[in-house]
Amino acid sequence: MMKNLLLAGLMFFVLGVSTAPAKEALPVGDDPVVQARMMRLATVLRCLVCQNQTIADSHADLASDLRNQIVELIHQGKTDSEIMDYMTERYGDFVLYRPPMKASTLLLWFGPLLLVVIGGAALYRSAQDRQRNSADETELTLEQKRLADQFLNRKSSES
Amino acid sequence: MSRFWPLAIFFGLVAFLYVGLHRDPHEVPSPLLGKPAPAFALTRLDDPSTTITKDQLLGHVYMLNVWASWCVSCRDEHPVLVEYVRKHPVEIYGLDYKDTRPEAVAWLEQLGNPYKAALFDSDGRVGIDYGVYGVPETFIIDKKGVVRYKQTGPISPEVLMNTLAPMIENLQKES
Repeated sequence: MMKNLLLAGLMFFVLGVSTAPAKEALPVGDDPVVQARMMRLATVLRCLVCQNQTIADSHADLASDLRNQIVELIHQGKTDSEIMDYMTERYGDFVLYRPPMKASTLLLWFGPLLLVVIGGAALYRSAQDRQRNSADETELTLEQKRLADQFLNRKSSES
Repeated sequence: MSRFWPLAIFFGLVAFLYVGLHRDPHEVPSPLLGKPAPAFALTRLDDPSTTITKDQLLGHVYMLNVWASWCVSCRDEHPVLVEYVRKHPVEIYGLDYKDTRPEAVAWLEQLGNPYKAALFDSDGRVGIDYGVYGVPETFIIDKKGVVRYKQTGPISPEVLMNTLAPMIENLQKES
């Protein structure tokens, strides 16, 4: 009895699993190592349809096509840099989340640094100006000193 | 003098933003420009038994128009192309991107067929080779098989008459 029940349970389990709706088809890559490598590459590639997402995050058709394409390239024995080249040959540097350093991207790479330098220089100059101005103003005349003393003394005697 | 700096910075920023306002981030420059068009060997949409390869088209100037029956803005573009081939000696090849044959064939029957031949790219593999990311897209390919122009998004009559058509005429004169 127990045995039958167990068998029935097992049958149910097996059938249940086999008839469960298949997940998103992964045509060539269910190998976890390949999947992990594909995902690592996909997180540094921009999806061109929804431009602020990576190919790994995006649900766009093109992103899933490109993920499959990466898996296929991995199976063909391509190296990571060959796969990146494959993508930039087709979609340009724009697919790379980390743009290459070259003449046209110098401003992109060093623009922030340039802003920090300009801002720093401006800050330094204005600080200098302020120091110079305040240096002029701290000299009190004798009359001002006397008034200040008088005022302070009165304050302290009141309390 | 120093009091003018904020104003200068302000106008600099305005200039930056003004330029940025007129730039479309969806127009990504194609790395294919000036390079040989990627090879393909695809079956005809209307005849699965006939294959057309890129090499067969060498010696011709042609437009390669990427479209699909599911693509909404292709409907806007299509009459422009139909009109263009009716009046000008130009070859347009269609690249039917990630589509089904019956739907694509019906679409052309309904809206007219401007294509010398429509090529059927069911899995979008050739589309990937051409860096297609937003249908419709159009490439102009010269007699040597080199990509000379790429348009992302639908072709408007203005763009066609001012940019594409003169370019094609010039390329046709090249030997």
